[in-house]
Amino acid sequence: MSSIISVQNVSKHYGDYTAVNGINLELKKGCLFGLLGPNGAGKTSLIRMMTTITAIDEGKILFNGTPLNSDTPKHIGYMPEERGLYKKMKVGDQLLYLAQLKGMSKKEAEEKIMFWMERFEIKDWWEKEIHELSKGMQQKIQFISTVVHEPELLILDEPFSGLDPINTNLIKSEIFRLKENGTTIIFSTHRMEQVEEICEEIMLVNKGNKVLSGNIQDIRNKYKKNNFEIKTEAPVEQIGEIPGTVIEQQGNTLTIHMEDDNSSNDLVKYFLNQGHRIMSFKEILPSLNEIFIQTVESAAS
Amino acid sequence: MKNLKLIISREYLTRVKKKSFIITTLITPLAIGLFIFVLGFILNYSSGEDKTIAVVDHSGIFNKPADLARAGSTSFELTDASVEELKENFESTGYDAILYIPEIKNVYAQTHTIFYYSEKSPTLDLEMALTNRVKNKIRNFKIKELNLDKKELDALETSVDIDPEPIIDGEKDQSKHTNVVAAAIGGFMGFIMYLAVFIYGMMVMRSVMEEKTNRIVEVMISTVKPFELMLGKIIGVGGVGLTQLAIWAVLIPIIQIVASAFWGVDTNDLTSLDPTIDQEEIMSDFSMIMTEIANQNWWSIIPLFLFYFLGGYLLYASLFAAVGSAIGDDMTEGQALTIPITIPVAIAFYIMITAVQSPNSNLAIFSSIFPLFSPIVMPARLAFEPPIWQLLVSIVVLIGTCIFFTWVAGRIYRIGILMYGKKAGFKDLFRWFFKQY
Repeated sequence: MSSIISVQNVSKHYGDYTAVNGINLELKKGCLFGLLGPNGAGKTSLIRMMTTITAIDEGKILFNGTPLNSDTPKHIGYMPEERGLYKKMKVGDQLLYLAQLKGMSKKEAEEKIMFWMERFEIKDWWEKEIHELSKGMQQKIQFISTVVHEPELLILDEPFSGLDPINTNLIKSEIFRLKENGTTIIFSTHRMEQVEEICEEIMLVNKGNKVLSGNIQDIRNKYKKNNFEIKTEAPVEQIGEIPGTVIEQQGNTLTIHMEDDNSSNDLVKYFLNQGHRIMSFKEILPSLNEIFIQTVESAAS
Repeated sequence: MKNLKLIISREYLTRVKKKSFIITTLITPLAIGLFIFVLGFILNYSSGEDKTIAVVDHSGIFNKPADLARAGSTSFELTDASVEELKENFESTGYDAILYIPEIKNVYAQTHTIFYYSEKSPTLDLEMALTNRVKNKIRNFKIKELNLDKKELDALETSVDIDPEPIIDGEKDQSKHTNVVAAAIGGFMGFIMYLAVFIYGMMVMRSVMEEKTNRIVEVMISTVKPFELMLGKIIGVGGVGLTQLAIWAVLIPIIQIVASAFWGVDTNDLTSLDPTIDQEEIMSDFSMIMTEIANQNWWSIIPLFLFYFLGGYLLYASLFAAVGSAIGDDMTEGQALTIPITIPVAIAFYIMITAVQSPNSNLAIFSSIFPLFSPIVMPARLAFEPPIWQLLVSIVVLIGTCIFFTWVAGRIYRIGILMYGKKAGFKDLFRWFFKQY
């Protein structure tokens, strides 16, 4: 499958400071990709190069196989972390303006905007000025302005910052819907837990370097420590010869480390034979947060 | 190009449609009209009350009723009654004042005191009207008494006019009003340029800052080139300036004519207050000034004025845009950065004032070519018909500088608009200019 965006050994320097250091990335069409890293890791610098806002110092980026050019922005929808709208403009005029800048005809833009406003149930906002709207309402308009031209690639930088849970869910479901329709989405955030529930592929960056990348399940499996959690009806008083070592016991919950995950059945069998009633049994996969901290620490040492 | 057009039309339309724009554009000429109206009212007020003055003339200088024509709102009545009688019955006579002119005993006396009896001392304009009238009459009286020839006497008074003439025959002849009219036109145009640079340049700067503080700028430049955004803004605001100027150019004269029709200075009023002013002379001066204004080469002055308007605006607006991109949300910090822009404008303004007085001085010539000054100084010289070579050099230099400055500003702008939270100084602007982004 061809890549929609191909980042090849790209670097970006600001004076002596290296914001992005030789990053490679291939993004398949239609995937939901998480770009992760703490603040100042170089996420925004990388995105700004993809969106042609800033020049690439070294390396190159291909969009659908061709190097970035002045036509590329028309196919990208970018919602920056530092975002806003013209406060004194009417909602409709604002959306029309931004859509036309993306190359849409006025008529086409009007239709699409109406479609999105109906979907968000804000049809009667056309004549309202932006500053009359609440923060959450403005974010809806901002989202529409990002997707109205049906971009092939959608880049969302911290899309949920400043959103209440209801709007967060609304935007989240729209992201999934767009993905279903074939849009490739890059989701950039420092909130690792948000990515875990949304994305399939991720890349972790720190201090301008790629720390790790790949399928999120693969990564978690790779970094798992073969820890299992078993919950019984009554607390286990006496633990005998079990195929593993107990790390933690809290009430009726046991956390057990095993040498390899093939013997998980033996563990369950042991507790069954002991006459315990098992309420739940699960493997503990590391969170991205833990993986991140672990990899950064091991890289430092 | 399509995006540039979209940006220009947005920048233009959002401003022109704004209530504040419509109000200031319409209110300013109205305010000027109102000012003229109020001024006329104030000037007319002091002589607004009707007064009748009894004239007791013992000198015999007033003999015809025509000699006692009204002065503004004051009318005169010659009476045979004595001053004592009038004073005794002052209430019942209905006069507002008594003017007593004693007999002229000595025709060689150079002062003659007349007496004004009233509850209040005469107002300044009335006093002037009275002394002028009596002075004229005494003069005629003395001429008669001394058996002088009035014609010969009038011949002694010569007014000297300087009429500038060209050295080479056939060149355009100038009247005595040419320089005054040219200076007035020049000063006016220079002043408009000065205001335009500030008002519209600042408008561009505020707009850049607003986009930065609104955080819309990153959304915008992910779609359009920063240079397009900056240029579109500058052109759009420039269009707003031209629109406003055009509306004023039409509205101000209309309102002025209407306002002066109500109250304005009437030449009849002047002559009635001061008969020594010759109405015909005023009219001839007035018509000469009007012909002088009409004789100006407007076909070259107006296009050149528009050129310097656009050139000066473009030059300074791009500088304001660059500074605006560096300021962001902190206006107070930004003041320091705008100073280097406002200083040349202020200097140019003062040079313009001296250039109007001596339009061919070396300073004036240099300043009308130096691109930071020329947009303000050259328009002030246009009515003095500067040599063609100076115009050409000035135009070429200005165009070149405009392109250069827009390019420089564009380089600073594209970096500046993405810089948040850091206080920027001149060193930063300089660094941004050379930076590959």
